[in-house]
Amino acid sequence: MGIVIVSHSAKVAEGAADMVRQMVGNSVRVAYTGGNSEGGLGTDVAAIMAAIDHAWSDAGVAILVDLGGAETNSEMAIEMLGADRRDRVVMCNAPIVEGAVIAATEASGGSPLDLVKRAAEELSPET
Amino acid sequence: MNQALQKRLIEAVATSMIDHAEELTILDQAIGDGDHGLNMRRGFTEVMADVDGLATRPLPEALRAIGTKLVMKVGGASGPLYGTLFLTLGKELPDAPTQADAARALGIAVAAVMARGKSEPGQKTMLDVLAPTQAELAAGGDDLLVRLKTRPAASAEATVPMRAIRGRASFLGERSIGHMDPGARSSSLMIEAVCDVLGG
Repeated sequence: MGIVIVSHSAKVAEGAADMVRQMVGNSVRVAYTGGNSEGGLGTDVAAIMAAIDHAWSDAGVAILVDLGGAETNSEMAIEMLGADRRDRVVMCNAPIVEGAVIAATEASGGSPLDLVKRAAEELSPET
Repeated sequence: MNQALQKRLIEAVATSMIDHAEELTILDQAIGDGDHGLNMRRGFTEVMADVDGLATRPLPEALRAIGTKLVMKVGGASGPLYGTLFLTLGKELPDAPTQADAARALGIAVAAVMARGKSEPGQKTMLDVLAPTQAELAAGGDDLLVRLKTRPAASAEATVPMRAIRGRASFLGERSIGHMDPGARSSSLMIEAVCDVLGG
């Protein structure tokens, strides 16, 4: 399973990925992206698609995002993946850092994608 | 659609976005993260760079190409939202659309933007301009072009007293009241630019 972290900030994305690696090790593929196409704060659909490719696993990919545009851009990126892969990518409605760590922990135990998503979303007050 | 007209339409919309970048950014600084104008300018600068190529393609293809450029270049939430608008119009419009074709296609495109943004009219977004514009198009009538030109600005103005429910501005809650929504403004500018060209 792969985990993708999408933040408006490259530093936040990289830092969250560091935390995942330190706590979960390399048993789960982790990719991250942050910043717009000019390097400012924002998100970039092409970069998100590249991160999904990088973290790709046939077991699926779970995406963690921060603010609104990251969510909308990630949904757009998933749609543009093509029919054969988009069903194996999910967005987790969870806090980005905690959600990434929990999702990766759950994934490293061999859980399927829907359980990984659920574990991350249990952190969210809305769910 | 003839190539010269198609080129003028693309140029008019892109130029309007580029020329109003500062105004849109100022609006966005009040209730968002202050990047709407810069984001739109980046996307439409990319469109302008390819305007000759876009003008020679059939209208649906040109619209889809513009949508893809906006998705890839604009960033922020407006990239996928405007990208979805143009991609859907490109999917739904024939080569030479009638008014009925335009009304139908814009209706589907508005629904696609609603789904993408998980929003609906009345929540202080671009939809508050696009939905009334679609209603005017569907209503038709002799003075359609006049109404299409004036309604968007009035619709954008009507977002001032609204409270934002979706997007970054929703974090402000009550404090989002009293400012025009930047996405409503950019939509209104686009439609005005199209009407200016079509009105001669």
